[in-house]
Amino acid sequence: MATRKKSAKPNVSADELKQYYRDMLLIRRFEEKAGQLYGMGLIGGFCHLYIGQEAVVVGLESAAEEGDKRVTTYRDHGHMLACGMDPNGVMAELTGREGGYSKGKGGSMHMFSKEKDFYGGHGIVGANVPLGAGLALADQYKGNDRVTFTYFGDGAANQGQVYETFNMAAVWKLPVVFVIENNQYAMGTSMKRSTSTPDIHTRGEAFGIPGEAVDGMDVLAVRDAGKKAVDHCRAGKGPYILELMTYRYRGHSMSDPAKYRTREEVQKMRDEKDCIEHVRDLLLSGKHATEDDLKAIDKEIKGIVNGAAEFSKESPEPAVDELWTDIVREA
Amino acid sequence: MPTEILMPALSPTMEEGTLAKWLVKEGDTVNSGDIMAEIETDKATMEFEAVDEGTIGKILIEEGTEGVKVNTPIAVLLEEGESADDIGEISAEPPESGDDDGGEEKEDSSAEDGSAPAPSAPAKVAQNIEPDWPEGTEMKKMTVREALNSAMAEEMRNDDTVFIMGEEVAEYQGAYKITQGLLDEFGARRVIDTPITEHGFAGIGVGASWGGLKPIVEFMTWNFAMQAIDQIINSAAKTLYMSGGQMGSPIVFRGPNGAAARVAAQHSQDYAAWYSHVPGLKVIQPYTAADAKGLLKSAIRDPNPVVFLENEILYGKSFEVPVLDDFTIPIGKARVAREGTDVTIVSFGIGMTYAMEAAEKLAEDGIEAEVIDLRSLRPLDYDTVIASVQKTNRCVTVEEGFPVCSIGNHLSAILMQRAFDWLDAPVINCTGKDVPMPYAANLEKLALTSTAEVLDAVKQVTYR
Repeated sequence: MATRKKSAKPNVSADELKQYYRDMLLIRRFEEKAGQLYGMGLIGGFCHLYIGQEAVVVGLESAAEEGDKRVTTYRDHGHMLACGMDPNGVMAELTGREGGYSKGKGGSMHMFSKEKDFYGGHGIVGANVPLGAGLALADQYKGNDRVTFTYFGDGAANQGQVYETFNMAAVWKLPVVFVIENNQYAMGTSMKRSTSTPDIHTRGEAFGIPGEAVDGMDVLAVRDAGKKAVDHCRAGKGPYILELMTYRYRGHSMSDPAKYRTREEVQKMRDEKDCIEHVRDLLLSGKHATEDDLKAIDKEIKGIVNGAAEFSKESPEPAVDELWTDIVREA
Repeated sequence: MPTEILMPALSPTMEEGTLAKWLVKEGDTVNSGDIMAEIETDKATMEFEAVDEGTIGKILIEEGTEGVKVNTPIAVLLEEGESADDIGEISAEPPESGDDDGGEEKEDSSAEDGSAPAPSAPAKVAQNIEPDWPEGTEMKKMTVREALNSAMAEEMRNDDTVFIMGEEVAEYQGAYKITQGLLDEFGARRVIDTPITEHGFAGIGVGASWGGLKPIVEFMTWNFAMQAIDQIINSAAKTLYMSGGQMGSPIVFRGPNGAAARVAAQHSQDYAAWYSHVPGLKVIQPYTAADAKGLLKSAIRDPNPVVFLENEILYGKSFEVPVLDDFTIPIGKARVAREGTDVTIVSFGIGMTYAMEAAEKLAEDGIEAEVIDLRSLRPLDYDTVIASVQKTNRCVTVEEGFPVCSIGNHLSAILMQRAFDWLDAPVINCTGKDVPMPYAANLEKLALTSTAEVLDAVKQVTYR
């Protein structure tokens, strides 16, 4: 993993830093609460938490503009919160309630918001990659300069359809940023055991797609790389690959005991690379905020997350009629 | 107010577990993310992390305790300023079931939703044969190929968001010439040659449909679409439901399906039954040129994903097509191709050639067969089939697909449920044989169904 640059004075305003801190903290606290609700049996099925990876979506969203699109895999709660979806609606979908984004019919892995240009939430590893390229094709067809962020993991990077998509995206110069969130484990299989060459960002070279590795635990590095990639796409130069070196603190899903790595490895990442602590340090050491300022943000986030949890418990289960709706649209 | 720490559910199926080990003791301070205990679930030993910060006020369940029910209080956490004295009466008992959300299952067990048909007396269904176009409409001879081509060209002229993508659809003018001339008229923006990567371009098509376009994705044959079936089913068919109605996939997947001539096992499969199985899809398999044109136009306009199954042998066959400015056939409506009173023959696609030929021969023997062309397989026009069988009391189905879980099997089950009292003989399904398609000419012929088999089946159900 790239080491964090400490020397250069970051080119960022106090307000921006506070916003990143707040947005990342919202994801972390939301996910912790989701884990707790899962433990209480209020959330069922598979639940993949984003804890540790928050800088990736928060950094990239800061490079996005109105009308840009995003599509991701099943580890999707962070992406939804980062693009401005309502925490109440996301949490209520996790609990399978009427107030959820999919009226309780999609669950953790299958959630969408057309309003926020969030196109899922996909449970099939790799399948969202051509879907993202298709969204980009639609924008290119319409002649606008919007960009689609297509997120996937290091595990999905071994899927065949990813390379079919790289090829077509390059041939047709589609405005798509392929965002590889490399958290080093495809469920329980480490990169070392599953991936022939370690530098996934170089896999676009065969297709003429530029790519770079970025410290995914540093929200400012992510933001800068995101801006560069987006500019490339908006200029009509075709796709761009970003490999974000990141880490998930929790297991693959709630039922994963994570025996494939040591407790020390996880603790080391938390102690040395945590993305929220990093911004917290920048805020305090740069005198951009006081402990009290940050406490106020913590309190605000706690209120939002507790509110989302309450909403998700109180929202009723979907009406039984919902079983039979939304299967096909009336022609 | 001290916080109860509850026994967590740590897998989708866990109801109870063993509190294997405490890693904290009373009086310890914990922060969010600290590991507090090890818990054995039905699958594995899991680490249990703290969510809130505070001090462990009391441990309620000793380590080593087995069979601890989910949601039983196992410890008490004190927040800043609280002491052990604040802990009131907390018992290490699981909450009673049925208090909050445990009792809702009982209420909805009556099947009012129509999922399980009640075994009440099936009703008589009125026969409703409406013409597809007004009497006296001018007609023109057209091949199925020309019909499909004109349907796409007309829809592309009407709607700029309609485009076609697939292998050899543009410069080559279509592997089977269905897209001939489209590149010249509409240009490379709307007629897109793809590399040979069905999985990838099917997914790109679905994504484009979410982005506001109406893609037509051509597969050179549906056999190659098996590489893309995940995108057709998991991405296109299920997303409207999974999104609670927000998203939709207005996309047509089309191409030749089933056996052609001597192309053997990997190029000859009929996918009618496969795709008809899937909620969220519409499935069409036309026989005539008029249906090919009218249904493809409807399919392109439909806001749902449509699987459009064509047939290479039928591409060159000519039929009368009405000369109308904007001619469409509604999806989900069967066509009574020949009226009769003695037996109902139900078919679709190329199966209709056997059905019609058999009907002509049967007429020579004084048996008047009613032939129904399903055209749409999902939604399927059950009423037209049932009304006919209630009139003829006998039914034979004809298709080229494999016999197990075929469209004919499904229709037989529906007829048993909705027309049992009207049936004078068991329904017989004429299908392809339960073998991979052989190459040898004589074996290929045997592997398909035939007019002779249909005649035999009709004689059996009419006890001749």
